[in-house]
Amino acid sequence: MTFSLTKDKRGVVVVGIVGNGQELKQKVIEALEGGAKQFVIDFTRTGYIDSSGLGVLVSLSKKIREQGGDLRLAGLNEDLQTLFELTKLDTLFSIAKTPAEALAAF
Amino acid sequence: MTAPLRLDVRRGAGRGTVTEMSLDVPSDLGYVGPAVELIADQFQASGGAPPPLLSPRRVRFNLRTALAEALANAIAYGNRHDPRRVVRVRVEVRRDAVRIHVTDDGAGFDPAAVPDPTLPERLEREDGRGLFVLRRLVDRVVFSEKGNSVCLTLRAG
Repeated sequence: MTFSLTKDKRGVVVVGIVGNGQELKQKVIEALEGGAKQFVIDFTRTGYIDSSGLGVLVSLSKKIREQGGDLRLAGLNEDLQTLFELTKLDTLFSIAKTPAEALAAF
Repeated sequence: MTAPLRLDVRRGAGRGTVTEMSLDVPSDLGYVGPAVELIADQFQASGGAPPPLLSPRRVRFNLRTALAEALANAIAYGNRHDPRRVVRVRVEVRRDAVRIHVTDDGAGFDPAAVPDPTLPERLEREDGRGLFVLRRLVDRVVFSEKGNSVCLTLRAG
């Protein structure tokens, strides 16, 4: 399981994930407690997620909004995009094609 | 997660079934990923003829995701993570379809009573999407009367 956590000049945290949802949740909550408000989760290297992973994203999205922050998703492959559409979660999240596009939208 | 998983494969099982596989999965969510990969690997194109029963995308996305959801439900809600219980997976590969049976030792449930997670008031809930996702990724979902066993059918293609 590996994660990459990077912060751009304006303090937007970009999380690249290949690991599981619980670890992702912990990393993002730590960054949120550290004062970060804007997050991009980069799925470029993620093959598939299941409904528990979707649940983690929903929960993070709520927590970030409660702190006045913003979460964007990027780099979803065709399968992940389909999963978000099936569950109508594409209506809940801002989804960008690439992390660069997501960053530019902040 | 310690014990290795053992997939039992029997070819030419008869009565329209080309291959039958069975696998016992301990009631620990850590086994879901490895169990799914073990079974999905059996469907990956082997390079030559005959053409695969299921398209690469249907194996990669539909079969893997649906099986992961069924296993996670059986482990968490059926066997309640009890390490003394196992989830039994039986895969029937037929000429026209694949049937996957996932059975737990739980008391079962009423699948009709599970609410639609895409309703606006439920969209922000963390849980409750597994069964919904599963139903949309396979061609047929049939529960046993008790509700502790589910059969997923993926037609060829």
